[in-house]
Amino acid sequence: MAAPPRHATMQSISNGSTAQGTDRPQTQQTPQAQLSQQSPGLRVPSNRKTIYDRHLNRSRNAELSRASFAFLFGEMVTYAQRRVTGIQDLEKRLNEQGYPLGLRLLDLLFYRSTSTSSSALSSSSTSSSPPNRPLRIITLLHLIHGPLWRLLFNRAADALEHSVSPDTPNEYMITDNDPMVNTYISAPRDMSMLNCAAYVAGIIEGVCDGCGFETKVSAHNQPTELWPSRTVFLVRFGDPVMEREKVLERAGVK
Amino acid sequence: MPSNTRGVFSLIIINKAGGLIYQREFQSGLRNLSTNDYLVLAGTFHGVHAITRSITPKIPIAQPAPSPTTSSTGTTAPTASGYSYPNPGVPVSGLDYLETDKFRLTCFQTLTGTKFLLFTDPLTGSVDTIIQKIYELYADYVMKNPFYQIEMPVRCEAFDRHLGAWLRGRA
Repeated sequence: MAAPPRHATMQSISNGSTAQGTDRPQTQQTPQAQLSQQSPGLRVPSNRKTIYDRHLNRSRNAELSRASFAFLFGEMVTYAQRRVTGIQDLEKRLNEQGYPLGLRLLDLLFYRSTSTSSSALSSSSTSSSPPNRPLRIITLLHLIHGPLWRLLFNRAADALEHSVSPDTPNEYMITDNDPMVNTYISAPRDMSMLNCAAYVAGIIEGVCDGCGFETKVSAHNQPTELWPSRTVFLVRFGDPVMEREKVLERAGVK
Repeated sequence: MPSNTRGVFSLIIINKAGGLIYQREFQSGLRNLSTNDYLVLAGTFHGVHAITRSITPKIPIAQPAPSPTTSSTGTTAPTASGYSYPNPGVPVSGLDYLETDKFRLTCFQTLTGTKFLLFTDPLTGSVDTIIQKIYELYADYVMKNPFYQIEMPVRCEAFDRHLGAWLRGRA
């Protein structure tokens, strides 16, 4: 279930950009011409400095208002809730909202981790090109647990575990004791299974897919007395990934 | 009453239409009312509050008139001097607090018309701080919750949890 719609999504993203060009040939102009021509929807500041002119690291340590995020995310949940039939459907929608973000976030994450300290990504691809993409599952999971979480939430995740059951060696668990997206959300009693961190699960899924790991990620409530909104992200890798993992292990790739 | 009471008896939140949207007791042994009675109480208070606001006198001689019950004193905030309100810039507020020997009812009305009614021990200090904190928690955990429908009864587990924890922490 995971793979086909996902790849369809990726295709639709790339198709979308090309389709725009073919549908509206008048937009195929030189960049200068595009700049000078004011498109009606996009407002360009008077000094011609758009968000694309900024350095990518400019917003590196910038902080965002938690309240604005809470309201925005609340609206996203309300929007996703408007046309759904059940909890799973709602979680799927939230997941789908997070997925493209994960795909796009990955590049920024690599860019920022290589520009400062490549030690954060202890990956070792044989080609020594700077953006080291994780090849092994553990490396990928450490990337998510550490750098990705720090990029998103300014702290690392709380735990990273491998499934103890021999039947499911492809399952890994990332635990967040107090997910930021759920801070102000209390699900109604009849939807107690719902976890809105499905959005974060979608981001993780996007990151994994962007790295070339076919994955299914879901968010589950596992409250403890101390951490009532503790959430476990269950990462299930697809069979091709596990096969490749074995090959890589034999080959000694780290 | 034991000396270690934390002073806050119960909280009622009334929406701008006078409907009860939240009711919680923080101490055991309080006299229980039925849900219907609480609804009536909220509606009645809403009406009384509106009356006390509208009878705020403009003429100097008038003392705040409402003393409907023998054991309680309703107080309207401004006492007039001249033929206008003492502070024309300050909007007229209704009933602010109501005090008896055994308890004190403090009413805080937000700018949007939601009313927070806090029943405390008369000796409890800094009730304003408590109400401000409750308002803050309400703004955080109720209004930012996408599953909460405006003007409907508050059923937010996170609000209950944080409210209880904060009041316990002050004890």
